[in-house]
Order: sequence, then C-alpha cells, then structure tokens
Amino acid sequence: MTTRIAVVSAGLSQPSSTRLLADRLATATARELRAGGAEVELDFVDLRDHARELADNLITGFPAPSLRSAIDQVVTADGLIAVTPIFSASYSGLFKTFFDVLEPDSLAGKPVLAGATGGTERHSLALEHAVRPLFAYLRSIVVPTAVYAASSDWGAHGADQALNNRIDRAASEFATQILGRPSAGPADPYDEPTPFADLLAANLPR
Amino acid sequence: MQFGIFTVGDVTTDPTNGRTPTEAERIKAMVAIAQKAEEVGLDVFAMGEHHNPPFVPSSPTTMLGYIAGRTDKILLSTSTTLITTNDPVKIAEDFAMLQHLADGRVDLMLGRGNTGPVYPWFGKDIRDGIPLAIENYHLLHRLWREDVVDWEGKFRTPLQSFTSTPRPLDDVPPFVWHGSIRSPEIAEQAAYYGDGFFANHIFWPTDHFQRLIELYRRRYEHYGHGSADQAIVGLGGQVFVRKNSQDAIREFRPYFDNAPVYGHGPSLEEFTEQTPLTVGSPEQVIEKTLTFREHFGDYQRQLFLVDHAGLPLKTVLEQLDLLGEEVIPVLRKEFAAGRPAHVPDAPTHASLLAAETTTEVTA
Repeated sequence: MTTRIAVVSAGLSQPSSTRLLADRLATATARELRAGGAEVELDFVDLRDHARELADNLITGFPAPSLRSAIDQVVTADGLIAVTPIFSASYSGLFKTFFDVLEPDSLAGKPVLAGATGGTERHSLALEHAVRPLFAYLRSIVVPTAVYAASSDWGAHGADQALNNRIDRAASEFATQILGRPSAGPADPYDEPTPFADLLAANLPR
Repeated sequence: MQFGIFTVGDVTTDPTNGRTPTEAERIKAMVAIAQKAEEVGLDVFAMGEHHNPPFVPSSPTTMLGYIAGRTDKILLSTSTTLITTNDPVKIAEDFAMLQHLADGRVDLMLGRGNTGPVYPWFGKDIRDGIPLAIENYHLLHRLWREDVVDWEGKFRTPLQSFTSTPRPLDDVPPFVWHGSIRSPEIAEQAAYYGDGFFANHIFWPTDHFQRLIELYRRRYEHYGHGSADQAIVGLGGQVFVRKNSQDAIREFRPYFDNAPVYGHGPSLEEFTEQTPLTVGSPEQVIEKTLTFREHFGDYQRQLFLVDHAGLPLKTVLEQLDLLGEEVIPVLRKEFAAGRPAHVPDAPTHASLLAAETTTEVTA
C-alpha cells in the first residue's frame, strides 16, 4: 500500500524558496515514512502553474481540467504538506484561493504539515496565527511543529542546522500521524445517497 | 424528445452599446421570446423565479398565464420555481390555476434558488435549504393528489381539512421536474417520486453531471418507476448561433466577456471546451448537443439559454429563427434515430391523463 503525500507550494518565483522548503519537508517526510515501512509517493502541486485557473474557478465555480487533477491529488492524499510565502502578515492570496475552491469537508481529518517562508524571521508567527487556524477551520490535523524559513535560514552559520532540526522534527511528527491511521478518502455522496425515507423522516414529526 | 428555451429574466446592459433595457421592455421581450419560440416550432418555454434585481420574473404564473393566452401549443414551464421559500399551498394553487387557463400546457421545475438572502426575505433559513425542499414538496405532492389534506410539518402552519383550489385540471397534477446542479439529495428526491430530473449543466463540466444523473437513474429504478434508462432527464444548454461560425464568435464575444455569471474569467474558447456552451454555426450546435446523449443517455427534454447577458431582443429572435429552421429539425431526427422504443417521452398532461384513464379501467 503506497502512502501518497501531496505537496502544495504557493511560491511565485522560479526557482522559489517556498518550493525549496516544500522539497526539504517532502524529502524528510518520505525518509521518515520509509523508515516506518511505507512506500511513498510524492505529488507536487505548484499553485503558480494554476494561478489563472484558480481565478477562473472563483468566477465559474468549477475547476478547469488541470486544476482539477491537482485538487484530486490533494484531497485523496494520505497527508498534505502545505507551504506558503508570508505576505502582509498572512498566507498569500494564491495559497488561500486554492483552499477556498475545495469542496467543504474535503480536508477534514487529513494530516497537514504547514510551512512558510519570508524575508525575515519577524513574520514567523504568521504560521501559528494564520496558517494553523485555516487548517483548523478545515478540520485538518496540523502537526505541532510548523516550519518557517527566513532568508537568513538558507545560509547563515549555525542557522541552517536549526532549520534542518525543525524540518526533521516536523517530518517525524507528520509521519507518525500518517502511519498511525488507516488511509481513507472522503465519502462519496453520489455513490451512497441518503435514502429518501431518511431525508423525509428527518423532517416530519410523525 | 422536447426542445425548448429557458430564460433567467435578467436585465443586463448590452456591453456593445451600453444600453440597459427597462424592466417593462425586458418583461415584454420575454413574452415576445415565448411567442417566437412557439412560432418556430419549439416545444417548451420555461422561465426562472427571482426576487432581486437585476432579474424581473418574481411572478412566473402571472407571466405564464398571459403567455398561455397568447399561444396555442407551447408547453409552459419554470426554471426554477422556488420550493424552499414559496408556500407549497400557493404553488399548488397557482399552478393548478395556470393548468386550467393553459388547457394543461403546464409543468414546472422545482429548485432551491441561487441567492442566499432570498431565504430570510421570505422568513426562511438557508441552512434548511434541503429540508425545506423535501418537506414542502411532500406537502405539494399531497395537495395535488388528495382533495382533503391534514398536514403537520416542521416549516409551515399545520393544515386541517384543507382543500387547495382549483383542483388540478382533470385531476392530473402538473408533471414536476427537480432541478439541481450539485445536490445528491435532490436527485434522490426526484427518483423517489418518479419525477423528472433536470440538470442545468451549462456552467459546469460534464463528468460532474454524469455522476448526478447516473445517481438519479439508478435510484429511479430502485424505487420501481421503471428501468434506469426510462428515467425522465432534462438538460440545459447554451448557444449562440450564426450561419457562419466566425460571425457567431465575433458577435458573441463581448457578451461572453462581460456576462454576469462567467465574464472576466475564462476565455470564450476555454469555456466552450469545458462546458456545453456552443458559439458557432448550426452544424456545430447540432454536433455538440448530440454529444449530450453520449454522456447522459437518451433523454427527454433539452432547454437552451439564448437570451441573457444583454443580448438585444432582435438578436434573440434571430437565434430562435436559426434554432427553429436549422438546428431543432435535425436534432429531432438525430435523437429519434437509435432511440430504444422503451425510452419514454417526457410526460405531458395528455399522456398523464391517458395513463390515469388506463389505470382506472384496469383497476
């Protein structure tokens, strides 16, 4: 049984430090999962590739084909790594838009590892004050360690190891969460409709 | 197979000249469109119900009653009648009255509405959308079939010994379609009663609606109304047609780009590829519409949207001429070819009356 991890990155530049952090989180997670005996598949979703489709989806109410396959990868994954740049004290608009167009409940119960990048360390708590509540609202299970990487983390003496330590700790928590649960996709109401007698009984007093 | 048009009744500025019709002009235009639909040989004219600008049709049975007096053959319907916020007693009465005036040329499509505030405007709660649709229709269904009704539900004042008047024409209730774009509960409801299911798939990709219609068909069979391929399915469609494909695209593009629903989003080309919208020649409309049968099976009713987004009346009437002369006759022929004999047509007053008479004789 393969464990599938979706890796959503909202980085805008190419190459992107947000995608770089996503890669590091994904690699560490795969290592932990394999150590736990799982076969691992990583599906990367770069939201930049779907920017126009996301705007269109807001207007039309449905995803264009390539956005839809990205959404399917995310909602059917066993776990989600979600990484955003911090803009104006919060996740980026592109990042939020992706989660805005998902069907309600489609991330409920899903383990999530959250990450963010920014120019300075001053924005790091945006992860706790913005990203974590977003996934709490979506009823996902966000692991305790969220990973923030500032520009200085990518090169400064000593700091790099601190980033690695945070990534490893987060990946370990995330893998434990995933390995400890049965994999289950969202229930499909089109396959198993509520029988009409139940719909009616919910209403009528007798 | 029935072919017709359905209108939202929007008052929209024509983006090519900045002109906005008055409500009076739009209302009269809708009447003209309905009359033209009959003249060019369409089977159905359906109109929406809205209670907020920029839409005019708040009183569909008033308008349909007037149209009934000015037409002879065309079947009058709705798209949709709000089963959530209207009193089911008033729906029962309004449509029975319309049936009598129109000599039975009436059916209706029930829906839940497309704007959140309509619920509180009528004293309802949007979170009760599905329960309202379930309970209200359960009552409506009884009011048309039982002369004296005792009723107690969650949402409405109880009824004791109530008779809705007038009784349905010939004691045959109007045929009911249930419209939904995403709710499996509504497909289940339509299947339970053996009513029609209308999937207005014009803004969404095909495979979503395949699942919804497949669900309806499967449950229709489950509830013993016939085999899955005998379930009564209606589909939307959206076309802009000119003799020459390039002319159609050039003329429609500004309307598309500024359309209230999807304007300023995807390109016309993307939207055409992803949804049933066809902008092109009669042949292209025919070709695209015929694909609906491949996706959804043989079905009973095809309604086209032709009069929205600020298109002037003259253009809409030209659309209807082209549909009537070049598109519908071919579609009728093509859809009839290869259609299994056991797949029924959509019920009409005449067919329901005949069925009822047969049942009585047999019983």
